[in-house]
Amino acid sequence: MNVKYMYSLLAVIVLFLLAYLGVEAAGLRMLFGIVIPYVAVGVFLLGVIYRVMGWARSAVPFQIPSTCGQQKSLPWIKPNKIDNPFTPGAVVVRMFLEVCCFRSLFRNTRNAIKEGKLIFEWEIWLWVAALAFHYAFLTVIIRHMRLFTNPVPVCIQMVEKLDSFFRFEILTNTMQVGLPGFYLSGLILLAAVTFLLLRRMMIPQVRYISQAADYFPLFLIFGIAFTGILMRYFTKVDIVAAKELAMGLVSFHPAIPARAIGGVFYVHLFFVCTLLAYFPFSKLMHMGGIFLSPTRNLPGNSRAVRHVNPWNYPVEVHTYEEYEEEFREKMIEAGLPVEKE
Amino acid sequence: MSDFPKPDQLLSNIDRTPPRTDWMDTPVNIRKGMYCYAANPKSVEYTHLPFPHQWNPTDEDWHLPENWKEILHEGFKVRLERFRSFKIFMDICVRCGACADKCHFFIGTGDPKNMPVLRAELLRSVYRNDFTLAGKLLGRVAGARPMTMDVLKELWYYFFQCTECRRCSVFCPYGIDTAEITMMARELFNLIGLNIDWIATPVANCYRTGNHLGIQPHAFKDMLDFFVDDLEEITGIRVEPNFNKKGADILFITPSGDVFADPGTYTCMGYLLLFHYLKEVYGLDVTWSTYASEGGNFGSFTSHEMMKRLNSKMYAEAKRLGVKWILGGECGHMWRVINQYMGTMNGPADFLEDPVSPITGTLFENARSTKMVHISEFTADLIKHGKLNLDPSRNDNLILTFHDSCNPSRGMGMLDEPRYVIQNVANHFYEMPPNTIREQTFCCGSGSGLNAGEDMELRMAGGLPRANAVKYVHEKHGVNMLATICAIDRAALPTLMDYWVPGVGVTGVTEMVANALILPGEGERTTNLRGEPLPGMEDE
Amino acid sequence: MQLNKLLSQRKADMVKRWFDEVVKTYPGETAQFLKRQKNQFANPVGSTTQNGLEALFDVLIQGGDSEAVNSFLDPIIRIRALQNFTPSQATSFILFLKNIVKESFRKEIADPQVMEEYLEFTSRVDDLCLTAFDIYAKCRETLYQIQSNEMRNRTFRAFERAGLVKDIPDEESPCLRPVKPPVSGDCNT
Repeated sequence: MNVKYMYSLLAVIVLFLLAYLGVEAAGLRMLFGIVIPYVAVGVFLLGVIYRVMGWARSAVPFQIPSTCGQQKSLPWIKPNKIDNPFTPGAVVVRMFLEVCCFRSLFRNTRNAIKEGKLIFEWEIWLWVAALAFHYAFLTVIIRHMRLFTNPVPVCIQMVEKLDSFFRFEILTNTMQVGLPGFYLSGLILLAAVTFLLLRRMMIPQVRYISQAADYFPLFLIFGIAFTGILMRYFTKVDIVAAKELAMGLVSFHPAIPARAIGGVFYVHLFFVCTLLAYFPFSKLMHMGGIFLSPTRNLPGNSRAVRHVNPWNYPVEVHTYEEYEEEFREKMIEAGLPVEKE
Repeated sequence: MSDFPKPDQLLSNIDRTPPRTDWMDTPVNIRKGMYCYAANPKSVEYTHLPFPHQWNPTDEDWHLPENWKEILHEGFKVRLERFRSFKIFMDICVRCGACADKCHFFIGTGDPKNMPVLRAELLRSVYRNDFTLAGKLLGRVAGARPMTMDVLKELWYYFFQCTECRRCSVFCPYGIDTAEITMMARELFNLIGLNIDWIATPVANCYRTGNHLGIQPHAFKDMLDFFVDDLEEITGIRVEPNFNKKGADILFITPSGDVFADPGTYTCMGYLLLFHYLKEVYGLDVTWSTYASEGGNFGSFTSHEMMKRLNSKMYAEAKRLGVKWILGGECGHMWRVINQYMGTMNGPADFLEDPVSPITGTLFENARSTKMVHISEFTADLIKHGKLNLDPSRNDNLILTFHDSCNPSRGMGMLDEPRYVIQNVANHFYEMPPNTIREQTFCCGSGSGLNAGEDMELRMAGGLPRANAVKYVHEKHGVNMLATICAIDRAALPTLMDYWVPGVGVTGVTEMVANALILPGEGERTTNLRGEPLPGMEDE
Repeated sequence: MQLNKLLSQRKADMVKRWFDEVVKTYPGETAQFLKRQKNQFANPVGSTTQNGLEALFDVLIQGGDSEAVNSFLDPIIRIRALQNFTPSQATSFILFLKNIVKESFRKEIADPQVMEEYLEFTSRVDDLCLTAFDIYAKCRETLYQIQSNEMRNRTFRAFERAGLVKDIPDEESPCLRPVKPPVSGDCNT
């Protein structure tokens, strides 16, 4: 047993029990429904700002993009505008592809495709799983905005429609999957997070480099997706009451709705709060960091446009005069020109 | 019978399976053949670098200053503030493992601590302990560990097993660049005097005499004069290089390795021939400098400050001599410095003119600010405009492939210019497999100051992926010559080839140019620059 | 030759198990990489080992001249001679095969005739291991040789060129000097 993921799993289980028992046994609805969400959002916002400001405070002394393609040089040589961007516009394109398509990660996959060997190999699917994970998560977040808006904006309704276009209906006494519209994003999120977890635990190379901090968010997100799906399709949370609570929170008139919402809902909410509060102090900050990464967000034009280093201090150098002073005689003897005969 | 050990007992001291412990619990084993010797304190002293002292990596006691932990902590802190790259790279790694198998040292040695992510984690664990809340509160659970002597030794060992080649950075979804982390780690070692001799002594030499080997000005000139004699023997023409000439059109700077070590010397002879041709035919006046006689910059393997101190000579000499702009020879890390650091560090070079080739009229727009042009860009432009009289068949006995050097490819993006030149001066050229060239090129295994003799096993293991690709084209197409545009490559690859692919030589691109170049008034050449018979001249 | 027949029939399986055992001599994280990465350029150690073992297996059952044996064995040993192995660790992987065969054909080996063949087979494996040791020693020698050659190239030749070394004059003209100093880079010779 690997203590690193056991710790993380244990932490998530403890969080689950805290919220479930806190609400169901101790009746701490105010704490879990109002206080903690406000605190979590506060920590998230301030934390992210603090971290980003921290990075921004550090200087960018040199222009050090990783050039992954032909430079712009002679007019008849075709430059690779995206992988070796020369203009700020090209940098934007590079960053866009990096942020939205995980272009660098794709290089792994591309190599495999080129060889025609795209068989089942964990590593190759990293890119696919990472994309699926992030986009599914994004869709889920957008979809949840319907709980915080009234009336629900059209764009959110559209996302919802698209997400649930894959509709199938199973109607039995115990299960009614399909009736409320089946959201693809939830399922993909759960699948992707499971893949990423298994990959971390199964591949020795990746297991070796993994920290508890790598397993914890995965277990937590798994918990969020799992409780979400549970509520929607199985335990049937009172969605109207949930929206009432959410609207109360965003309009700063928080109140615990009169109609009881199940303990699972509070677990779900508490997991989300934990994720929010944990976010700024963890590797999840890569979301902000990628925008500031100097090997990606700078153009490869350092020979054409001078980059300025804010702390460029004068250094001790060995001047020509000192050099000639030491070697003058030998230079003269060898017929080398000198400044002072 | 029972007195004899059983066969399996006999073999029990042969450990077949390596330890399966967490990396933090696997102690470092500083193995002979894998590390470089400690710096000669005199060299460290000469350049006024911190804490010169006698020490030995395999000794228990490294004789560090008493407050070494404090020095490192403070140094770490300052660098986090000065380099956003460092801070971001310490914070945002998600340990996805995309980089893990991209490092030539990992591929060659099989040591998991050579996976780029883990190499960085070695340092990140200390960062978490000293600078993050989670690390301070949770300690090891958060992947943090305090700096101890053992940790320091591990850091030192593995950050001198990185050649700053940047291959991992190409595959990282956040662009985390181990080269950058290695540079910071080495700056930190520098603060407590833990330099290696193969870097510190060249740095001191370069600082004093202008070149890595400490060759004094008259000897430098002597060396080039020998080449002039050799060239006269081969071509029947006596070339006359200029030294420290005021008012020349262009200052030429190349790594001194080309002046002193085979086979770089032939590249150097190539430069001499090319400049003679340009002088005779187009009146271009190029000068060499003995003061700035080193293009390579081992300072960049020491610290940013040392990099700047050495690099300053280039502009200083260009200014003193009053040239129009600077031309740079074939070198890897020299060009990383020129391309990404020089203008920022020692510029603006407003005393120089816009780099325009007086022969073709081409303005090298990409070098407008730094005002330094790469010889391959310059030569490619000449060839494109038909300004060189070439006979590629003189290279017909060679079947070439091109090794992209790490720095020109991933720190600059110079991929097609040298290929264009090669294909115009030679008839037989084959590429190595696509995942081993261009931006995915494999390092020679000896970059960033690791091309010493004592770490030969490290170099050969690190160079395996490169050699393996060369072996492939050697067997498939009969490739017998590996062309490069890097002086460290020219010094290190012949040895690598001798171990892995005997029968493949190493050359600079300009040597190939000079072989093919028909000088006005030259006699019939019977040999190439190496004195080997030209194709069809074998019997003479 | 019953055993040989059995071995040829189950060649793929035998080689795979042999390869797995060899790979286990590396740290677990590395072993997985060596097994999974199939691209010969991204994983030279894995592919060289795989190809070498396959060819060696054929040699063991079909026979082959020493040149062929060397050409299959050399690439693997050349790599292991550099890695973090003692001489015995670098070469003993050859012996793993004995056990693999014994385990796989336990029943068949009970037959005295097959047993006889098995003993012959193991002695061939031993020979192979000794050859491996020879190659190992030569590779180490090469390593020291190239190290001193490089040193010579760097310093001695520089001194020589600078006229600081006075050699007994010979009749060779300077342009006929050898391109490379003679190097015993080839372990096979």
